[in-house]
Amino acid sequence: MKVRLKFQKYGAMKFIGHLDVMRYFQKAFRRAGYDSEYTKGFNPHQIMSFAAPLGVGLTSDAEYVDIGLISCEEPEIMIRKINEVMTEGFYVTGFHILSEPAENEKKITAMSLVSSADYLVSLKDGYLLDNLSDGMEPLDDGYPSGSESDGMTSIEKFREAFRSFYAKNDITILKRTKKSEMSVNIKPMITLVSFDEIEYKENLRDGVLYLSKPVDGSYNLETESKADVYENAIKVYMRLDTGSAANLKPELVMEAFCNEMSIPYNPYAWQVHRLEIYTRDETSGNLISLDRLER
Amino acid sequence: MRKLALSDEILLSVEKPARYIGGEVNMRVKDPKNVDIRFCMCFPDIYEIGMSHLGIQILYDILNRREDTYCERVYSPWVDLDKLMREKKIPLFALESQDPIKNFDFLGITLQYEMCYTNILQVLELSHIPIYAKDRGENDPIVIGGGPCSYNPEPIADFFDFFYIGEGETAYNELLDIYKACKNAGKSRREYLERVAQMEGMYVPAFYDVDYNEDGTVKGFDKNYDGAPDRVMKQVEMNLSEAYYPTKPLVPFIKATQDRVVLEIQRGCIRGCRFCQAGMIYRPTRERDPEYLKKCAYEMLKSTGHEEISLSSLSSSDYSQLQELVYFLIDEFGSKGVNISLPSLRIDAFSLDVMGKVQDIRKSSLTFAPEAGSQRLRDVINKGLTEEAILSGAAQAFESGWNRVKLYFMMGLPTETEEDIEGIAILSDKIAREYYEIPKDQRQGKVSIVSSTSFFVPKPFTPFQWSRMDTPEEYLDKQRYLRSKINEQLNKKSIKFNWHEAELSELEGVLARGDRRLSKVIYDAYMAGCLYDSWSEHFDYDKWLKAFEENGISIAFYNSRERSEDEVFPWDIIDAGVSKSFLLREYRRAKNATETPNCRELCVGCGAKKFAGGVCFEDKNLLAKASGELKGQEVSYEG
Repeated sequence: MKVRLKFQKYGAMKFIGHLDVMRYFQKAFRRAGYDSEYTKGFNPHQIMSFAAPLGVGLTSDAEYVDIGLISCEEPEIMIRKINEVMTEGFYVTGFHILSEPAENEKKITAMSLVSSADYLVSLKDGYLLDNLSDGMEPLDDGYPSGSESDGMTSIEKFREAFRSFYAKNDITILKRTKKSEMSVNIKPMITLVSFDEIEYKENLRDGVLYLSKPVDGSYNLETESKADVYENAIKVYMRLDTGSAANLKPELVMEAFCNEMSIPYNPYAWQVHRLEIYTRDETSGNLISLDRLER
Repeated sequence: MRKLALSDEILLSVEKPARYIGGEVNMRVKDPKNVDIRFCMCFPDIYEIGMSHLGIQILYDILNRREDTYCERVYSPWVDLDKLMREKKIPLFALESQDPIKNFDFLGITLQYEMCYTNILQVLELSHIPIYAKDRGENDPIVIGGGPCSYNPEPIADFFDFFYIGEGETAYNELLDIYKACKNAGKSRREYLERVAQMEGMYVPAFYDVDYNEDGTVKGFDKNYDGAPDRVMKQVEMNLSEAYYPTKPLVPFIKATQDRVVLEIQRGCIRGCRFCQAGMIYRPTRERDPEYLKKCAYEMLKSTGHEEISLSSLSSSDYSQLQELVYFLIDEFGSKGVNISLPSLRIDAFSLDVMGKVQDIRKSSLTFAPEAGSQRLRDVINKGLTEEAILSGAAQAFESGWNRVKLYFMMGLPTETEEDIEGIAILSDKIAREYYEIPKDQRQGKVSIVSSTSFFVPKPFTPFQWSRMDTPEEYLDKQRYLRSKINEQLNKKSIKFNWHEAELSELEGVLARGDRRLSKVIYDAYMAGCLYDSWSEHFDYDKWLKAFEENGISIAFYNSRERSEDEVFPWDIIDAGVSKSFLLREYRRAKNATETPNCRELCVGCGAKKFAGGVCFEDKNLLAKASGELKGQEVSYEG
């Protein structure tokens, strides 16, 4: 049977790359005592697929891995047993058994279903964003002061700048691939922007959560977000197109924002945290988070 | 949440940040505030190599069993991080607590190969610990060396407070107990080292002054502290079946060289190959109980989640319970997708059966280590492997479906002639011909023979410790000669020829048999930028040559000189069990190309019997059985 696990990846584990996370989970299932299904042949390997590989340096509350198991236990017990063999920085929060594809149905992987993802992007402490036009350079020590120039705090200034950036109809960037460069308008790929946790959560509650329901027999632990919290409190929530059809990385949005504001873009200054991954329901067009998706 | 010593910005700008964050599966977590002793174990090479080392896992386990001690780890930062740490003056830290090592009580460094010596200085300097032991103060960690290279610790003697000679299982607890007592009593560093020097197996180099003869050879060791022993006796763990074994080994996030469970089935080797240091210093051969190993295998697979288990020993085929153990592992774990790897196995019907069961024949290759190309030279080195055995092993393997063979040889062995070198080409060709004996319709494509040669480096505590070593020029001539001979073979297109770098081997030779005067050369080479010398892309031969030159030290003195039989060696201060008279007997027999029987055939009195156990005291029935396999060959030994 195929099962889906939802897990958090945080702290020092953000430095572990995707391939190593795969190896880690292969070993973790064996430690937890669950026999997985293997591919046939002389070099058998576990049947395992991740929804959307997370880049090195990013943290997440919503990583998904689908795996074939020979047998399994109650979702609650599965989650507990797997968490017992996890290291700090990996924490399983959700589990459900996936519905088998009908005979004439094609097998689909989680990865092919992904269409959107939510991110929280925070400015790390120690990087200056006090005066946007002064650029953002790492401070030797300490934090950017919340000093008020022009009667605005740095948080307000950031929000205002980001709002005006997002208000543009056309945000064109140069997308670099191995072979070529092309200009792309990323504006349509950004479908939600929020600066406030309460606002973001209300939006979730009244939006995607309202329009879908949990899968029968699934289990989800109530957990705190593992996103790092920074004293400077400069942050933005975003929903971006993700997946094979259209893919926009939050780093690219921040780079475009910095370019727009004429601030040198420092990739180390921003902490990107993934909050959720969604698929788009073919009939209704609604977004469904992968832990609420039966297949 | 664990705090990291390095900032995100640094970690995201270096290669493989997972090398520096710790937090691995089975990492021991303790509150440093609740322990009396903080110990940092170091493997002075890159993380992926260091994490693959069994010895550190054993010691990590032993030390962390103590409630009063927190043992952590450190490896050499790669060159990218090295640069950043120097620029930003970040002190080197232990992976577990991420605390600076300079605040620890001990830094234990394992010495697995000579070419890591500059990396030791890197670890010390980045830790902000004085590089020379004499410059360290009361608050600096005590720096301990151990592992195979500590059998001749003299070239690095100036950098260490003391060396632990032999196996770590026996005396670490006592070392730490004494340390704690000294610390509580407010004793000084010097007083602790005096106590250490009186323990068996501990060598405190500062307590000895070395005298030299006019010709540059060692005259003798003068003690400057009366409590120090005249010779330091190596430590041996005689009960390997109840000894500590780390059943919860660390599992790195990134792929290490050994990404598998390692089961040490025995220690030592009965064979007595005359070039092999491990075969001499780990005597006597001691086996672990197969029932104990089965239990360990089960627990270790469970605690790590590894998909592969590897049996570790110098010569697995000599483990008396091998078949029972291997078939157990296959039956028990094979169906669960666990792969079983068996290095250092003699090729015979059993090993081919096992390998056919656990490996994909099409992908794997067979490995033989004839070491020398001619029978005469194999007798000189006491390899005990005949051409018939190699060819029949290869033939059996080819019939079972293998078509790839790796061969390992050494060039520059004592008494080597052009005929012996040509023998490498001829033997490679004969193996290829063996393949084409199989009817064409039964062959699996073409045969592939990879013949690799390394340059022989004479090592202390081997019968060849008196030998002259070839110069790089001589080596390269030999390599060219062999190349030409391979090109003359019928199957030359099936034979791929690899060789090692000569300059690296030359330096390894000097450091292996060097004395205390080399400490300055190593220091100067390091200061000139030498680091990661065992990595060919980082090895800078010219800088080393300059360091030798500036110190007026001749490489030829250490390498290109046949030592006289009565010469005092820098490592004579160590008692490794095997006696110098035995080694000399063996050297003379080597020159006459006379073989010496292995430990199960006949005891030849090497000296290791004084450890009172292992193969020296094995059941006589077993001995009879072993010699029965000799099929009437006469076993004799005259010194």
